[in-house]
Amino acid sequence: MPRPEVLDWLRKRFFPHMWCPGCGHGIIMHAILRALVDSGKKREETVIASGIGCSSRMPGYIDSCTIHTTHGRSLAFATGIKLANPELTIVDVMGDGDCTAIGGNHFIHACRRNIGITAVVMNNNIYGMTGGQASPTTPLGARATTAPYGAIDPPFDVCKLAQGAGATYVARATIAQPVLCEQYIKNGIANKGFSVVEIISSCHTQFGRKNNRRTPVDNLNYFKNNSVPLAKAQSMSPVDLEGKIVTGEFVKREAPEYTELYRSLVERVGGGK
Amino acid sequence: MPKKFTVEVNSQWCKGCGLCLAVCPKKVFDFDENLKSTPKRMEDCIGCKQCDNICPDLAITVEGSA
Repeated sequence: MPRPEVLDWLRKRFFPHMWCPGCGHGIIMHAILRALVDSGKKREETVIASGIGCSSRMPGYIDSCTIHTTHGRSLAFATGIKLANPELTIVDVMGDGDCTAIGGNHFIHACRRNIGITAVVMNNNIYGMTGGQASPTTPLGARATTAPYGAIDPPFDVCKLAQGAGATYVARATIAQPVLCEQYIKNGIANKGFSVVEIISSCHTQFGRKNNRRTPVDNLNYFKNNSVPLAKAQSMSPVDLEGKIVTGEFVKREAPEYTELYRSLVERVGGGK
Repeated sequence: MPKKFTVEVNSQWCKGCGLCLAVCPKKVFDFDENLKSTPKRMEDCIGCKQCDNICPDLAITVEGSA
């Protein structure tokens, strides 16, 4: 990979970053940077938006146009930025709580509008920064600070949620496949409408220590042993798929993009210049 | 003539998580006395860059030469 080009995108004075040793968010940041560099994007024409959480510390480390916003509302800010300047490339980095719990409404409506933003959802199954509370994506039976006897709430499937809400590109990968992550983020950036790339990350500090995945390497091996490519998953029974992580591109379709529709509306009813 | 690769670990950024030790197919890395990763057997490197891609701290650089 073009390392010097990637290093140009970093605010090196803040390194080493604050994430725990072996945290998946670092792997995802690297994948996002490689995808942006390979897509030929310029730093001054790229916006990285984020909300609150461990994952949302990422814009602090990336030397492009960045915005660190309120909890869950990063997509609202990103929508405003995209509408004001549709030429910009916008990558919205979100954690699972940021995306599906606090910002759930913003998420489904951004999917519905199909606005040209790439949402990278880093799903580590827990609220890592605030002390390991159960999040909407904590798997059934997994232990968390607020679910010491195992979670009883059925979890969200972020990809199915995005698919149902109308996103035009939906893909999922795990941090054990950094090159696949990079490829999907690149495809998401190239897609004209709203793209959701869910990356299954790990939080060994808060989630792993309660669920027998105490080290980064344990998590990596878990993802390697439990992820199933989409083509293989289609021939498997639902019983076999229980507890497995299906990776692949779930949605890839064309639909009118929001900023283009908005611009044509302005041209139609604005009375011309 | 096998290709030669140089592996550099930025020890200021490395936090010693051990992911590079786990993914390297040739077991190039080892921990040093400060529990940071160090490329002890660099001559075995085949340049697959899995360590570069997996490093969460962006500390590893693999450069190849023919």
